[in-house]
Amino acid sequence: MKTILFSVLVLAVLGGVFGALLSFASKIFHVEVDPKQEQVRSCLAGANCGGCGFPGCDGYAAAVAKGEAPVNRCVAGGAEAAEKIAEIMGVSAGTSEKKAAFVACSGCTENTGERFNYSGPVDCRAAMLFGGKSSKMCTFACIGLGNCERACKFGAMHVENGAAKVDVSKCVGCGACAEACPKSLIKLLPDTQRVYPACSNTDKGALVMKVCRVGCIGCKKCERECEAGAITVTDNLARIDPAKCTSCGHCAEICPRKIITTI
Amino acid sequence: MAHTFKGGVHPNYMKAPEVPVSVIAPPPQVVIPLAQHIGAPCIPIVEVGAYVTMGQKIGDNPAPVSAPVHASVSGRVVAIEPRPYPMGGTSMSVVIENDGLDTKCDALEPLTEEQLKDPDAILERIRECGIVGMGGAMFPTAFKIRGGIGKVDRLIINGAECEPYLNGDHLTMKLFPEELLKGIELVRIASGVDKAYYGIEVNKQDAISVLKAHYPEKYGVEIVSEKVKYPQGGEKMQVKAVTGREVKPGGLPSGVGCNVVSTRTCYAVYQACYEGRPVIDRIVTVAGSAMKQTVNALTRVGTPFAYLAEQCGGFAKTPRKIVLGGPMMGICATDINAPTVKGTSGVLFFTEKEDRNVKEPTCIHCGKCISVCPMRLEPMFMYMYYKKGDLDMLKKFHVTDCFECGSCAYNCPGRLPLTHAFKTAKVMLQEQVVREKEAAAK
Repeated sequence: MKTILFSVLVLAVLGGVFGALLSFASKIFHVEVDPKQEQVRSCLAGANCGGCGFPGCDGYAAAVAKGEAPVNRCVAGGAEAAEKIAEIMGVSAGTSEKKAAFVACSGCTENTGERFNYSGPVDCRAAMLFGGKSSKMCTFACIGLGNCERACKFGAMHVENGAAKVDVSKCVGCGACAEACPKSLIKLLPDTQRVYPACSNTDKGALVMKVCRVGCIGCKKCERECEAGAITVTDNLARIDPAKCTSCGHCAEICPRKIITTI
Repeated sequence: MAHTFKGGVHPNYMKAPEVPVSVIAPPPQVVIPLAQHIGAPCIPIVEVGAYVTMGQKIGDNPAPVSAPVHASVSGRVVAIEPRPYPMGGTSMSVVIENDGLDTKCDALEPLTEEQLKDPDAILERIRECGIVGMGGAMFPTAFKIRGGIGKVDRLIINGAECEPYLNGDHLTMKLFPEELLKGIELVRIASGVDKAYYGIEVNKQDAISVLKAHYPEKYGVEIVSEKVKYPQGGEKMQVKAVTGREVKPGGLPSGVGCNVVSTRTCYAVYQACYEGRPVIDRIVTVAGSAMKQTVNALTRVGTPFAYLAEQCGGFAKTPRKIVLGGPMMGICATDINAPTVKGTSGVLFFTEKEDRNVKEPTCIHCGKCISVCPMRLEPMFMYMYYKKGDLDMLKKFHVTDCFECGSCAYNCPGRLPLTHAFKTAKVMLQEQVVREKEAAAK
């Protein structure tokens, strides 16, 4: 009985001493945090996706609180978060255009076959060391080893049939996949303008015909017929200017290779 | 006591130096890539439809790090276009239709007695004949020697040929000992040193005795016998074995006063200076489990692999993997119609038996890779950081000092693709440097 009492007493005294020390220390070493920063932080999505260009949500919240960053940068939170943050900061939210990833390649196994079997680390960058930057017939094609899939924190990227596909409903437009793609095939397109050629091959038409069933051959038909004048063909590849495009979808209809997608 | 280095592995050597050299008939069409060296690719100096003779210069580039290319047969140029490149992808190539006459080009005369003693004349000839590091690195030899003059006090000739399967150097030593020693003498004169050390693994005892019978001292050459171990033929391992010097991390052998030149390069120097013959052929070992037999084939530069395999007896089984060079450091070819180049020491055709892979390899932290790394790196941790994509830590673990010998991957019980991962990491680091430079420029 005496032993138990003694140990309880010792622990109680120790606890009291350390408690007093800690409360004292927390006063002395107190770090001043801007209350605004905490409020801003609570409005963010908390995915730490890096889409805002700052190191994680905390970094962005600190920058906003200091007034160094615009309030509409959180891509995962979207307009909703921007409005809330604007309220806290006492500014207007402005317009933050929602963007989504787009894979500029249709090189699934049916469209462009495998030139050789790659065996090695499951990493697109490692596969690029061999055979002219892709194991597919088309050397511009998506390798399909899923660097983008691993980079996506929202489960919006999937490799299907050897080529990356975006699930637009899940995509928040953070751009992590675009950064992870060693072939720079992934672009960020505004939600309102989803008409784009899903191809990145800049070879001449005859060569493209040999390696891919659907690749852009640079025939310029879309360039001639586009009423908005948004399409230019450079390096044998059609490119659409999102600022001019009206998303009428005419180019997608007339494309002989059906490579221009409308989502 | 045989000289050696720390670490390394003992793969199954699979050598067949007893197989005599068979001369492969030049193919009906040779494809000569214009980039057969490290550095600026050549610019073609012939036109489509032109008639070229054997040994005629068909491409050159005035850049210092470059080596010209020569026609390996006589005939008409039928195309200058991108063709499959042995190291993957395509490269601008000159395609020559062989007329079967092998009309020799007489643009280059053998050097005179005085010129053979003049370093500048020898170096000029080495460049003119397109000699590159023929052990596989394909670094322009003239540039390498010129860069070492004054700095280098030891010239090391690499005769280890530690890669399994390959026999080209061994056969060159046995068949052309005098020519080889004369070639080494020329390289020695060009480098401005008094003595060359010839490091040969002791499994080539017959070659060592043949060379010794030709009085190597007369040519200023000392033969150093080395232990049989892979990668004894690595540049830095040769330096360590022969001189005991250690190349600093991130440094080159010339930093410790050494220059390493391969056996076949020295023979090419002999041919260039004494015969006026550029690099148009070499001994290529054609072997592997998919082949009916092992052949040491004297092959013209620009011979497609498919033709080479057919001339060497054909396939016993369908090949699954084509490896250029030795199986340890060799690069996988991705096209069977790609041609051999100056640096191709072997073409190996493997079946599924040699190409075993694990779907999701896992590191069990046994540390076997660390014990064999000849550069004393820690592949286990480097792989971990590669998986994480942590470039800063990779740099800290000196991944840039890895010379991709493959000892770690060979020894890994978990079959991790270690060497491939480090190759990728090195490329990523290079890209990072480029990005940083661009950012700084802005």
